[in-house]
Amino acid sequence: MSLLKVENATLKFGGVVAVNDLSFSVNEGEVYAIVGPNGAGKSTVFNLVSRFYQPYAGRFSFDGQDLLSCKPDEVADLGIARTFQNIELFDHATVLQNLLVGRHRHRRTTLIEELFFAPRVRQEERHHRAAVEEVIDFLDLQPYRDKMIAGLPYGVRKVVELGRALASGPRLLLLDEPASGLSVEETQDMRWWIDDIRKQMGITVLMVEHDMGLVSGVSDRVLALADGAKLAEGTPAEVQSDPAVIEAYLGAGAA
Amino acid sequence: MRIQFKTSYDHDIRLFPDRHSLIVYGALILLALVLPFLINEFYIGEVTNVLIWAIAGLGLMLLTGQTGQASLGHAAFLAIGCYTNTILIEQGLPFLLAFPLAGVITGVVGAIIAIPALRLHGIYLAIATIALSILADDIIVLLEPWTGGVSGKFPDVIRVFGMEIERWTMPVRFYYLVLAVAVMCTLFYRNILRSPLGRAFDAVRDSEVSATAMGVHIARTKATAFGLSCMITGWAGALMGYYAGAFNNETFSLVISITLLMMIVIGGLGSIHGAFFGAVVVAFLPQGLSILKDSVLGSGVAIPGLETGVFGMILILFILFEPMGLYGRWLKIRIWFELFPFARKDMFRRQKSYLKTERLR
Amino acid sequence: MDGVQLLVSGLANGCVYGLIALGFVLIYKATEAVNFAQGDFMMLGAFVTLGLTNAEYLHLPFWIAAPLAILIMAFFGYLLDLLILRHLFGQSQTAVVILTIALGFVIRFVAGVIWGHEPQTLESPLAFGDVSLGGVVLGMADVAVIVVTVLLTWSLYQFFQRTKLGLAMQAASQNQMAAYFMGIPVKRVQGLIWGLSGATAAVAGILFASKGAIDPNAGLLGIKAFAAAVIGGFGSLPGALAGGLIVGVIEPFAARYLAAGYSQIAPYALLLAVLVFRPHGLFSQVRTKKV
Ligand SMILES: Nc1ncnc2c1ncn2[C@@H]1O[C@H](COP(=O)(O)OP(=O)(O)O)[C@@H](O)[C@H]1O
Ligand SMILES: [Mg+2]
Repeated sequence: MSLLKVENATLKFGGVVAVNDLSFSVNEGEVYAIVGPNGAGKSTVFNLVSRFYQPYAGRFSFDGQDLLSCKPDEVADLGIARTFQNIELFDHATVLQNLLVGRHRHRRTTLIEELFFAPRVRQEERHHRAAVEEVIDFLDLQPYRDKMIAGLPYGVRKVVELGRALASGPRLLLLDEPASGLSVEETQDMRWWIDDIRKQMGITVLMVEHDMGLVSGVSDRVLALADGAKLAEGTPAEVQSDPAVIEAYLGAGAA
Repeated sequence: MRIQFKTSYDHDIRLFPDRHSLIVYGALILLALVLPFLINEFYIGEVTNVLIWAIAGLGLMLLTGQTGQASLGHAAFLAIGCYTNTILIEQGLPFLLAFPLAGVITGVVGAIIAIPALRLHGIYLAIATIALSILADDIIVLLEPWTGGVSGKFPDVIRVFGMEIERWTMPVRFYYLVLAVAVMCTLFYRNILRSPLGRAFDAVRDSEVSATAMGVHIARTKATAFGLSCMITGWAGALMGYYAGAFNNETFSLVISITLLMMIVIGGLGSIHGAFFGAVVVAFLPQGLSILKDSVLGSGVAIPGLETGVFGMILILFILFEPMGLYGRWLKIRIWFELFPFARKDMFRRQKSYLKTERLR
Repeated sequence: MDGVQLLVSGLANGCVYGLIALGFVLIYKATEAVNFAQGDFMMLGAFVTLGLTNAEYLHLPFWIAAPLAILIMAFFGYLLDLLILRHLFGQSQTAVVILTIALGFVIRFVAGVIWGHEPQTLESPLAFGDVSLGGVVLGMADVAVIVVTVLLTWSLYQFFQRTKLGLAMQAASQNQMAAYFMGIPVKRVQGLIWGLSGATAAVAGILFASKGAIDPNAGLLGIKAFAAAVIGGFGSLPGALAGGLIVGVIEPFAARYLAAGYSQIAPYALLLAVLVFRPHGLFSQVRTKKV
C-alpha cells in the first residue's frame, strides 16, 4: 500500500527546472532512497512534500489525503517529519528542548492553561518528556541531554535532528542526507538506526543519500534522479547496474 | 562545589527545579516583603521604579529574548496600557477590573497590530515599530477627547476593597501593589517558558523552517508572543502612569522604547533575571551619573545627551564583551564559585557561528 | 508655480533622505546588517566639514575641506567596522540594530561636546545663489543636492551590478560561510562597505548642511531616511533614492494641504501602508529562503 504518492510533479526556479514531471510512490513500511548528483532536485522534492515550495504542477498525496491542501505547518500533523541537509536545529536551546519541540504537534493545552501552568499542562509535559526520553535512549543521546546545540559537534547535531524528527512520532520520516559529513563509525550507527526505525518502530523512511554503501545497506527501493527527472527506479542492485545511471555518473566523472 | 542529581522528569518541569533554588527565591521574596521595614520611603519609591521597569522589561523580553523579534515601539504599548487603565477607571470600573483589562486590551491591540508585522523579518519589524512609536505621540494628540491631548491626564487614587493606594502619600502600599504585579508577571513568564508555547517561541527564534516542519504555525506563534508581550507591557504602562502621577503624549516617547530595548540587552537577553538586572541599571544610572557629574563639574552644569550617551557606551561594551548581559556575567561568576577550584578560563569561550540568512532575496 | 516650488524643495529634501538611505542600503546589501546610526554619520560628516572649513575653526578652503571630510568619514566607517562591528560577525541582526542605535547616541553626545548644541551653518559655496529655470527659482544648494545624489546613486548602482568587487560584496551578504569558502575576503569586504557608507554619509551631510543649519540632533533625520529605504525596498539602491524622493515630496505637500496634526504623520502612515501591502518595499522582488 503506498503511503506517499507523488504524481507528475514539476517545479521551476526561474529558468531552472528543478523537478521535472516526476512520479514515484513510497510504500508503507519501506525505506525508499533518492540518489542523484548535486543539483538533481532531491532536496527540492523534500521541500515540495513539506509544502515549503508550491509545485507548478502535480499531485501529492499522503495516505490518500491531498497534501496540496495542507499548509506547511499542517504537514507535521499528518505524521510527516523531516531533517534538513544543512542541519536546522534550534541553536540556542538544549538537546532536550529541541526534541520537545518535536512533540509540538501533540500539544493539547491552551494558552490560558499554560499561562497558569494548570495541572493538565504538567501532566502533558510528563507524557512529552517520557516520549522524548525513549528517543534519547534509542539514539544514545543521554550525555548531551542538557547541552546547548551551539556547542555540539557536527555528528551529534545530525543525530539530534534525527531525534527531533522521531520525537514527533511520525509515520513518514524524510531524511535529507543523514550521513553526509559523518565519520565511518557514525555512518555505521546511522545505518543501524535507520534499520531499527523501520523494523522496530514501523516508520516509513524516505531518504536522500550519496553514500551508496548506506543506500544499498538499508533501502528496499532506490530512485535515481538527474536534472529533476526520473532516471531509474528499482532495488539498489538494479539501479546501480542501470546503464543510464552508470552513464550519468561516469559521464559526469569522465567529463 | 554543588552537584545536582535529577531523579525525576518533574525536576525540569517544576517551578523551582530543586530545593536550592526554592530557598534562594523564597528568601528573595521574603526580603522583598519586609523591605519597607528596612529602608525609608524614598528608597521604597526607587525600588518601586525598578520593579515597574522590570515588568516592562519582562514584557519586551518575552518578545525579543524569546522569539527574537526586536520591537522599538514598546513605548506605544506602555501608552496604550496607561491610557486604557485610566480611561476605564474614569468610566467607573473598579481598579481590580480595569487594571487587568487594560493589560488584556493592550495585548489584543498588540496582537492585531502584529499581524501585518509578522511577515516582517528583523529590521522591517524594527522600523515598523519605530513608526508606531512615533505615530503614538501624534495619535494621542489627535484623540484629545479621550486622552486629554498635550495637557495629559492625572490618574486617580487607586481603590482596592475600600483601601486607597497612592504613589506619593502611600509609597509602601503602592510598592506592594507593584510587587504583586511583578511577581505575577514573572510567574506567567516562567510558566510560558516551561510549556510547549515557550519552546515554540524559541523554535521560531532559531529556525523558522524547522519550526514549521515540526508543526509550529509561525505567524500565530509570533502574534501570540506579541500579544503576551504587549499585555505585560500594558500593565507596566498603567503602573508607570501611577508612578509618574501625570502623563501626556510625550511621556511614552521613542526614547523610552529604545531605552527598554537596551535595558534588556544589558540585563541579558532571554532570561527573567535579565529584565530585573537591566531595570536596576536603567533606574539608577541617571542618579549615579548626576551624582558623578556634580562631584566632578559642580552642580548646575547641564550636559545634554549625557545619559543616553553613557547608556549607549555601556550597551556597546556589553554587546562586545558580554553579549549575554549582566545575567551572563553573573552566571559565570556563580559557576566559577561552584566549581572552585576547577574552573578553567576557556570554559566560557564564545562559540563561533556564522550568520544564517533569513533574508528573502 | 507654487506647486512646482514645493515639488522642487521636496525633491531636494528627498535627495538628502535618499543619500542617507543609500548608506543604509549599502551596508544592508553587503552585510545584511542595518546601520541605525547612518543619520548620525551624516550629522558627523557635516560637522567634520564644518570644523575644517568654517572661519572659527580650521578655515580650510571648502574644496579641500569637503574631500578631506569625505575621506575622514570613510576612514571612520572603516574603523568602526574594524573595532566594533567585526566582533559581532555572525551575531544576530538584532544585536547589530541595537548596537548601531547605541552608537548613534554616543556620536550625538560626542558631537554635542565638541561642537555644542547651538545650530550652526556651514560656510559652503553651495549655500549661496539661486538658479532660475523657466520662472521657477531654485536654490543653488537644492540643485547641487539633486545633481550629486543622482550621480552618486547611479555610480554605486553600476558598481554593484558591474564590478567584481561589487558582486563579491553582494555574495558576502547572502551567505557568509559560502562566500568565505569561495575565497571572498568577507571581513575585508565588510570593512570597505562601511568605509563607503561613511563617505556617502559625509556627502549627504555636506549637502544637508549647505541647505540649512546643523546641530547634533540632525541625525534624527535618519529615521525618515530609514522609512524611505524601507518604502523603496531595502535591497535596492535606486529604490532607496525613489523612497527618499517620495518621502521628501510628501512632506511639504502634506504640510500644505493636510490639517495640522496629520501632516507629520504622513510619511510614517505611508511607511506602514507599504509594510502592510508590500512588505519588502515598492521596488523589490521576493524569493524564499533555500533549505
Ligand atoms: N529556493 C531556490 N531558489 C532557486 N533555485 C533553487 C532553490 N532551491 C533549489 N534550487 C535549484 O534547484 C536545483 C535543485 O536543487 P536541490 O534540490 O537542492 O538539489 P539536490 O539534489 O542537490 O538536493 C538546483 O539547480 C538549485 O540551484
Ligand atoms: Mg540537497
